[in-house]
Amino acid sequence: MELTLWTYEGPPHVGAMRIASSMEGVHYVLHAPQGDTYADLLFTMIERRNRRPPVTYTTFQARDLGGDTAELVKRTIKAAVERFQPEALLVGESCTAELIQDQPGSLAHGMDLGGVPVVSLELPAYSKKENWGAAESFYQLVRGLLKDQMPPPGFAKPSPQRWRQEGRRPRVNLLGPSLLGFRCRDDVLEISKLLASHGIDVSVVAPLGARPADLMRLPDADANVCLYAEVAGTVCSWLERSFGMATVKTVPIGIGATRDFLKEIFELLGLEIAAASEDESRLPWYSRSVDSTYLTGKRVFIFADATHALAAARIASQELGFEVVGLGTYSREQAREVRAAAKELGLEALISDDYLAVEKAMAEAAPELVLGTQMERHSAKRLGVPCAVISSPLHVQDVPARYSPQMGWEGANVIFDSWVHPLMMGLEEHLIGMFRHDFEFVDGHRSHLGDGAPERSQPGISSEGAASEPSPDPGAQAPAAEAAPWSGESTWSADGEAELAKIPFFVRGKVKRNTETFAREREVALISAETLYDAKAHFSR
Amino acid sequence: MAAPPTSADLALPEVLKESGQREVFCGLTSIVWLHRRMPDAFFLVVGSRTCAHLIQSAAGVMIFAEPRFGTAILGERDLAGLADANDELDRLVRELLERRPEIRTLFLVGSCPSEVIKLDLQRAAERLSAQLAGQVRVLNYSGSGIETTFTQGEDHALMAMLPLMPSSDEDQLLIVGTLADAVEDRFRLLFERMGVPRVRSLPPRRSTELPPVGAGTRLLLAQPFLSGTARALVHRGARLLESPYPFGVEGSRLWMEAAAAAFGLAPAAVAAVLDPLVTRGRRALEPHRRELEGRRLFLLPDSQMEIPLARFLARECGMELVEVGTPYLDRQLMAAEMALLPAGTRLSEGQDVERQLERVRAERPDLVVCGLGLANPLEAEGIATKWSIELVFSPIHGCDQAGELAELFARPLHRRQRLSFV
Repeated sequence: MELTLWTYEGPPHVGAMRIASSMEGVHYVLHAPQGDTYADLLFTMIERRNRRPPVTYTTFQARDLGGDTAELVKRTIKAAVERFQPEALLVGESCTAELIQDQPGSLAHGMDLGGVPVVSLELPAYSKKENWGAAESFYQLVRGLLKDQMPPPGFAKPSPQRWRQEGRRPRVNLLGPSLLGFRCRDDVLEISKLLASHGIDVSVVAPLGARPADLMRLPDADANVCLYAEVAGTVCSWLERSFGMATVKTVPIGIGATRDFLKEIFELLGLEIAAASEDESRLPWYSRSVDSTYLTGKRVFIFADATHALAAARIASQELGFEVVGLGTYSREQAREVRAAAKELGLEALISDDYLAVEKAMAEAAPELVLGTQMERHSAKRLGVPCAVISSPLHVQDVPARYSPQMGWEGANVIFDSWVHPLMMGLEEHLIGMFRHDFEFVDGHRSHLGDGAPERSQPGISSEGAASEPSPDPGAQAPAAEAAPWSGESTWSADGEAELAKIPFFVRGKVKRNTETFAREREVALISAETLYDAKAHFSR
Repeated sequence: MAAPPTSADLALPEVLKESGQREVFCGLTSIVWLHRRMPDAFFLVVGSRTCAHLIQSAAGVMIFAEPRFGTAILGERDLAGLADANDELDRLVRELLERRPEIRTLFLVGSCPSEVIKLDLQRAAERLSAQLAGQVRVLNYSGSGIETTFTQGEDHALMAMLPLMPSSDEDQLLIVGTLADAVEDRFRLLFERMGVPRVRSLPPRRSTELPPVGAGTRLLLAQPFLSGTARALVHRGARLLESPYPFGVEGSRLWMEAAAAAFGLAPAAVAAVLDPLVTRGRRALEPHRRELEGRRLFLLPDSQMEIPLARFLARECGMELVEVGTPYLDRQLMAAEMALLPAGTRLSEGQDVERQLERVRAERPDLVVCGLGLANPLEAEGIATKWSIELVFSPIHGCDQAGELAELFARPLHRRQRLSFV
């Protein structure tokens, strides 16, 4: 038993819903109790979908449990097939149905459904989560549809360069984009454009927008591009094993990664490596321009799904000159890669799905920018740190109307803007603070953080109350003792506090902590302005 | 309004009973407003990741730093050997209360999985209550989808509190059902002005300050979804006042009058308090009435508030009712409401969402009241919608809110008139 307040991922059947809803012509019959239909709103509200997810629920109730729930499953399957006439049918169960063991998949296989391909999904709800469920469902669906095409054991692997002999342009599949994934809609467009500009066609994009018939022509491509390993990793390795299809694994988010991606794909397909021009994206110049010098060494805390966390770490450290002070993911399936990336940055990766642990790590790292999910956006808001959302789980505002990919050259432009703007706002905050004594200044004016931007005495401690529930500050300051002897605690003198107040709020916490550490080490009981400057000099080395 | 075919028996209008896919939340959802009503209570769902995800998704955004609700997620280990599920729960509760020492009442909330594996939360609550005596009271109820829909969760939560209510035959008016604090204050003031001796509320604002109940209790339901609680309170001696629910000017007036009559207050004194409110409320309604009059309304089953709202929108806003869906029909609690519905109103109980949507498409109503899963798809088909979930989170009770309540329904129509892309 595990206590969860907010969760990064839903149950695995929601992952299956993401696959079904991303595709055309697929229907999902879900054996689930009343209430589980809540998941529809993820698609109709967060993704603003204009149609209901293609999911039919059995919605059983207590009174059904006394009767024949298996019969209810069969009735529901029959009605759904008649009504929606799907080209492929997924059949599965949610957590509660798993306990009553009606085996809806087997029931469906035993029914005459007019030849509709039926894929039974067994997604253990008590040990797995949403992304795993999406990957498994996508894999089961692809496997179910392609099993008759599988070459015999010991077959010769098709060459990814066979397009030359066949006298056509090379073509690849883009695998992994799905609904409720981060900016998938625009990434597909951006990567398709990028590949087209190098003479590479996109054969199938899946699951987003694909039909079952499209999945059946996956082996026609020369290679698979695994854009989001969370969803397509399992399928790609199966296609590699069973059909000998090569997988392009570099995720083209950021300048360096997009170049590596092109290099990998060119080598694989046997294409002439074009001299990649830097002018493709504005990010490199924007990052070099003098205006960006203030970005140098900005402390950034990253927590996301593995794909976006890894990409963010590389861009932040190499392409924007930030200092990564925290890196982590909730994707346990890809924990190894994230650990390796963190190690390279001299960090220990945080692998957790407890948002409070993430918030604690965030506070301890004292970042100036947070790159995270909607959960981290809330934590960062409470800590008064600017934040950009870089990954699912998402909110309706993370599905923008405008074109805003993360991948490819345009993706790098989007990333520059969306990560740097919150920091610029931070700088503006500082300027506002500097000019706050000018008579024109309206008291209390703040730009984006609102007056609530807290100045925490100890960033490690967050008050648990919410805006609507103020709670007394547990860390209320004790009155400063005059030249008290060393008692193991340092207190701030009035002039020390006045000096501290002059420091911009976004570094104040760090300065305060450093000064206190300095004072403690030297057993200085009363911290004066001089102590603060002594500490500043000490730590500047 | 066009005269619909009259039903032979007005007391029992025809009810279309349906079963099939239900597009409703389960009772766990009511935690979203219950935990705000009682800031010293914590709601611990014993369930699955689905339960946690449901509450998070229904709440819409993660508002609170650390919410006063959470889910003890059952894992494979818990399912394999039930013996240690109780130990696990004890451990979790201990950890939770260490973090949240301000909690005075802990609700263990049963879910579909905990019901199916027959985890005895009642015994767990008794055991934990004994362990934590003097510090925290531990109660339990089921918010599972197999037993409750959406708002029924509140009914079950209140029933769990009922045994802790002291007995007293003191004369009092007991308002039952969560109201927004401001609305509740307003009602108290009005009842005070009329001369009602004592007004108390269930649920209370502090979970430990439960009102008493007994022979002197006149029970006035503020919400139409509290069947079990009402019956249990009647069993404890309370007298259930029959009245429509306090939505709109008419409903609110009848509701307050029912309370006044139960205390034998002078009608003139009551009218002196209510008449100005009614006049002002009608004035506030007027602009919205102009927008809503003659428009055709279809309510899908969701919050159990559909029948009272349909009554308000038909009688005070002039809307024409195409179909009024309700998750379940409690004829006793709805008697006063159904008597006021236009003759021949089509009522449906339960749901087969596909068939109901077919009727929506065939009827092409001007406005559909529905849940979040259906709203955008219907809008995309050119049908205006009003999300029903807003109705349980907004202060909509009372004469003073009648204008705002009507506006909630007028807004989607009004918006459509404003938008133009030519």
